[in-house]
Amino acid sequence: MSFFKKLKDKFSGNNEAVESTEKYKEGLTKTRTGFTSKINDLVARYRKVDEDFFEDLEEILLQADVGFETVMELMDQLRFEVQRQNVRDTSNVQSVISEKLVEIYQAGEEETNELNFSDDLTVILMVGVNGVGKTTTIGKLAHRFKQEGKTVMLAAGDTFRAGAIEQLDVWGQRVGVDVIKQSEGSDPAAVMYDAVRSAKSRGVDVLICDTAGRLQNKVNLMNELQKVHRVISREIPGAPHEVLLALDATTGQNALIQAQTFKEVTEVTGIVLTKLDGTAKGGIVLAIRSKLKIPVKFVGLGEQLDDLQPFDPQKYVYGLFAEGLDKEEQLENEEADK
Amino acid sequence: MAFEGLAERLQGTVQKIKGKGKVSEADVKEMMREVRFALIEADVNLKVVKGFVKKVSERAVGQDVMQSLTPGQQVVKIVKDELTNLMGGEQSKIEFSTKQPTVIMMVGLQGAGKTTTTGKLAGVLRKKHNRKPLLVAADVYRPAAVQQLETIGKQLSLPVFSKGTELSPVEIARQAIEHAKEEHLDTVIIDTAGRLHVDEELMQELKDIRALKEPDEIFLVVDAMTGQDAVNVAQNFNDSLGISGVILTKLDGDTRGGAALSIRSVTEKPIKFVGMGEKMDALEAFHPERMASRILGMGDMLSLIEKAQTNVDEERAKELEEKFRTSSFTFDDFLEQLGQVKQMGPLDEILKMLPGANKIKGLENAQVDESQMDRVEAIIYSMTPQEKTTPEIINANRKKRIARGSGTTIQDVNRLLKQFEDMKKMMKQMSGMNTKKGKKKMNLQGLDSLFK
Repeated sequence: MSFFKKLKDKFSGNNEAVESTEKYKEGLTKTRTGFTSKINDLVARYRKVDEDFFEDLEEILLQADVGFETVMELMDQLRFEVQRQNVRDTSNVQSVISEKLVEIYQAGEEETNELNFSDDLTVILMVGVNGVGKTTTIGKLAHRFKQEGKTVMLAAGDTFRAGAIEQLDVWGQRVGVDVIKQSEGSDPAAVMYDAVRSAKSRGVDVLICDTAGRLQNKVNLMNELQKVHRVISREIPGAPHEVLLALDATTGQNALIQAQTFKEVTEVTGIVLTKLDGTAKGGIVLAIRSKLKIPVKFVGLGEQLDDLQPFDPQKYVYGLFAEGLDKEEQLENEEADK
Repeated sequence: MAFEGLAERLQGTVQKIKGKGKVSEADVKEMMREVRFALIEADVNLKVVKGFVKKVSERAVGQDVMQSLTPGQQVVKIVKDELTNLMGGEQSKIEFSTKQPTVIMMVGLQGAGKTTTTGKLAGVLRKKHNRKPLLVAADVYRPAAVQQLETIGKQLSLPVFSKGTELSPVEIARQAIEHAKEEHLDTVIIDTAGRLHVDEELMQELKDIRALKEPDEIFLVVDAMTGQDAVNVAQNFNDSLGISGVILTKLDGDTRGGAALSIRSVTEKPIKFVGMGEKMDALEAFHPERMASRILGMGDMLSLIEKAQTNVDEERAKELEEKFRTSSFTFDDFLEQLGQVKQMGPLDEILKMLPGANKIKGLENAQVDESQMDRVEAIIYSMTPQEKTTPEIINANRKKRIARGSGTTIQDVNRLLKQFEDMKKMMKQMSGMNTKKGKKKMNLQGLDSLFK
């Protein structure tokens, strides 16, 4: 059974999965037309799997922002795999490629993308550079948790940027959850202290903390973030239960440094890949996963409240290769008809 | 660190070539591979890289490089020259209308930094071009975007035209232009909502705003960290709107900023400004050559020198040099120097501008502790005037008092005193040397004070 077939089978029979797979497909339409149509073009252009083929493939991956080192790794593995399985026909290579992409992503580890919830109060800290969509993601997350029947509270920890507190406030009203805030310019650590205290006393299930966007090379701002982190863990041992790094899918190779630095400072537990509904592919998450072992937990696929989906590497790749699946299926059906 | 500059990358290849009598075409090809790696790692678009490498290869196999004793450096130079050319060569100025008001539109993806840049740009136009700007809050989609611009307007004491989020952005822009005419405000800067370049409906809205009064500038605001997709974004915005220039934001980060090159090469529109920090005045003119150096990881010496020159008073520097020679350099002078260095901006940023700074181990993530400087200042402030001029009199009791006064320890005080003595000795030796060699002065007055 082919890889795509397996994937398809995996998702059929489960309505919810199919639905979110559709969403992936929809959100990744633009992504897909870029990436998969290129792979298909490639397959059409080459009859043989030779060096030219690999070179073109390399370029497609580089243009998806996968990054040089990861692409080189992948190419080496692909060459090996092709040799081992003696794949001469390029059309078979497609499935080898997608298998490898998922494999590189998982890096041999079975790590779950589930959020780590505490039995008591769960604290989620949202971090990232400026303009990646932290506040919007918090709004979507709050909506998600509320749908699941949890009580949610938000902490307006971005006391620096003009209008940031109001922005979170609007999200709080939209979703219908409380927002703990102080005035602009106040100490973010103090806001967190307040928020954790009142979350505890009001007995909410999840507290999501917003922070100001900061470039990872600003030492002072990173220290400030560390302090915020410290204040939270002092109030609740084991908290924050999740530190989510928001990453813009449009970002290039700098995302790797972002992930690395934020991980050092705040022990990032997962990534939210935002703005994946554009033409950007966000390929750098492959490098981040394989080098830093930080899993992607959610992807932002649009502007609506429910456009935040849990990340599933197989679905992600499925989304990229959905066109390939449809074609393969067609071929299989034709063969069956004969 | 995953990011090596081109110069470092080429070093390895050049080492191999060094032994050989001459450089062959194959060697150049090998070097070009490294150029390609470096550019891709800097996020320059692959297609742009290919065209560029081809162009550079042609020049590099030429006689000059082959016969040169330092082919590696020659290649780096050619790459940098070509990169600078590609980036527009010269600095590009902002356009104003002869018919009031001048209209400037800010467009771009979500989170690129349009609203912040709108504020910064207005500040620059008022300060450097003597304009009277009106900020227009036309982002009615993102929650609190209007409040954000209003707050920025307040910070800068600039008028903001806002009509809440009920009216359409086109109507808001129309009224704003009328309002500017009535109030005799000569420059209207319209902050539009972030949108995807593939969102046709929202792109149409921008076209409608443009149709109100042909803008004198349409700035595409782009995050400097953007990857390969930068070409698609720039191309789409340019095709549907006809942008007039680009503003690159968040360049105070540690990204190489290869997107700048990609955008320039697909749109052929100049990059006019770069955002360099969180403060409202952190918007600077774009310098193609410096950007070329940055993409290649070669440091930004020119910006550093400029910073030193604008912030360090030459007269004072000369005076200090005199003091060094006569050993009359006191803690008061030292304090003043610290102040000057601080004025130049965050130290870790200054360090990053030094060429090769990224090669020094441990400096790639330069963690310059600015509070250390504050401690030094505190110690000096806790000295009596007499102690400052004649530190020799500082005995154990005085040290105890200084430490207590500055909230530091006696060890801290000791360390500073020792450093100060060493520095004086060193400076005396250096100025002594200069005198012997016919009083040759250091040619970079501002710069050397950095290291004193």
